[in-house]
Amino acid sequence: MQKVGIVEVTQSSGVESPLSLMEFTYKPVKELLDKVDMRRDEVDMYILAATDVFHSGMSCANAFDWDASGAFMKPASREEGDAITAFVYGCMPIMEGRYDTVLVVGLIKGSENPENDTLTSFVADPFYSRPVGIQETTAAAMQMRLYLQRYGITEEQCAKVVVKNLGNALFNPYAHIKKRVNVDDVLNSERICDPLKAMECAPKSEGVCAMLLASEEKAKKLTDKPVWFKGWGSSMDTFYLGDRDLLDTQLKAAAASAYKMAGVSDPRKEIDVAEICEPYAFQELLWCEQLGFCAQGQGGKLIDSGVTQITGALPVNPSGGVLAMNPYVARGLYRVAEAALQIKGKAGEHQVDGKVNTALAHSTYGFCGQWQGVVILGS
Amino acid sequence: MAEKYKVDKDLVRMEIVDFTFPEKEYRTSRHDTVLPYNWALGPTWTRFFDGLKEGKILGTRCKKCNKVLVPARTFCPICYEDMQEWIELPQEGSIETWCLVNYKYYGQVKEPPYIIAQIHLDKADCSLTHFIGGFNLSDPDKVRGKMKTVSRVKAVWSKEKHGDIYDIAHFKPV
Ligand SMILES: [Zn+2]
Repeated sequence: MQKVGIVEVTQSSGVESPLSLMEFTYKPVKELLDKVDMRRDEVDMYILAATDVFHSGMSCANAFDWDASGAFMKPASREEGDAITAFVYGCMPIMEGRYDTVLVVGLIKGSENPENDTLTSFVADPFYSRPVGIQETTAAAMQMRLYLQRYGITEEQCAKVVVKNLGNALFNPYAHIKKRVNVDDVLNSERICDPLKAMECAPKSEGVCAMLLASEEKAKKLTDKPVWFKGWGSSMDTFYLGDRDLLDTQLKAAAASAYKMAGVSDPRKEIDVAEICEPYAFQELLWCEQLGFCAQGQGGKLIDSGVTQITGALPVNPSGGVLAMNPYVARGLYRVAEAALQIKGKAGEHQVDGKVNTALAHSTYGFCGQWQGVVILGS
Repeated sequence: MAEKYKVDKDLVRMEIVDFTFPEKEYRTSRHDTVLPYNWALGPTWTRFFDGLKEGKILGTRCKKCNKVLVPARTFCPICYEDMQEWIELPQEGSIETWCLVNYKYYGQVKEPPYIIAQIHLDKADCSLTHFIGGFNLSDPDKVRGKMKTVSRVKAVWSKEKHGDIYDIAHFKPV
């Protein structure tokens, strides 16, 4: 199996843009190709991640996405789940030695479509769940109440995630939400879906992220600091909420598989930084437990301890995470890009203090973390 | 339909009347997609919904793991085996978790405030998602207080039944 290196990444800001989707996609891809001094036709393969139906409404990925990303007249494929899988699909043909370079693009303009809750209700089955109001926020609120009740996690501990992540986002030039907030601001924000408060829910953002992957030999030619793909795991749970224990998600399985592939035996010690997908504040605490950063039910104590702060021993979401910027579909590729930048030492003002040898990127979609995916990167 | 959509005759397409985007400082082009779909329910869900119409909540039992799942299933998702034994479930159960929806969004199923819950019916091995109601929801603080005392709920049936999930109006505290 061949090694896969991340050569370079580019990303757009999450702030609303007056550019058309096509122009908005073109810019970061063009910037990436210019950075590595390649023409679009010199890239061996393209993998795109976009959802052109509900999260765009144009339903014409074939009209815009391929041209905008420079992918036409090349081997190319597109996926609709989360861009973190586009990253893995991009790694695969390099691992098998078929291609030397793959360009991965995740794209969305969140400002152009209806509210997240309107759209995610269409992810619910139309017979039993959608008619009784299930969408991402209502499902997450029920998961949060269970989390508070079963493990005695406090609303203050959940609010601290917002304070930390939005605080980190102040130093990320691409972040969508830039606002210094304190715990009281979060707790006093509108209880839109009790126990969830408005400020504990991710926004909807623009976001195009482009990433060039290459074989070991090619990567070393294209950059002096390649970041290596080390491991990957994912798992999808059954869809019906009532069949699941909402606090026992497939993240444990996804993480176990990624750790095994990467040779990580003690994640809390071996992982230097994590970029995880927390569309709702409490989920960062729950995901940290299931990633093995602390014991089950200890997510509240973990944030209290300061370990996950940007200055802590295991910074979580130094970029500000999804609470600061939520480009659906593309958000998983953003996590991988940010994790890679931390290893390269090129995260800029939100670069963590210590040396980063191993970084974790996580993404999720579906209700209450139905699908979970974990990527491990190494220096 | 008449109140929800207007037809733009020049463009020959429908536009949703009660949805507006925030004002933009740049040129945009609005398109609303209104398309009809027609999904088969299949025999299991048809029987479940026929059951609701008769005021019965039906589940199915897995012959392998012995679990009773509701709504009724054609196959057990875990064992991946046929579920052929039908069970009429008690109409009472306990609340696993809930949320109080107190904000608006386009396409919402109900005028807020309303409670959505996971309800574990007696004798079932899973929860059913439905509304909790039958008391005043206008003061969120009072609702939180009241819900602390509620653990058991029972189904309240709609006056008019159409063979869908709304045949149960909501579950009310016992
Ligand atoms: Zn079974």
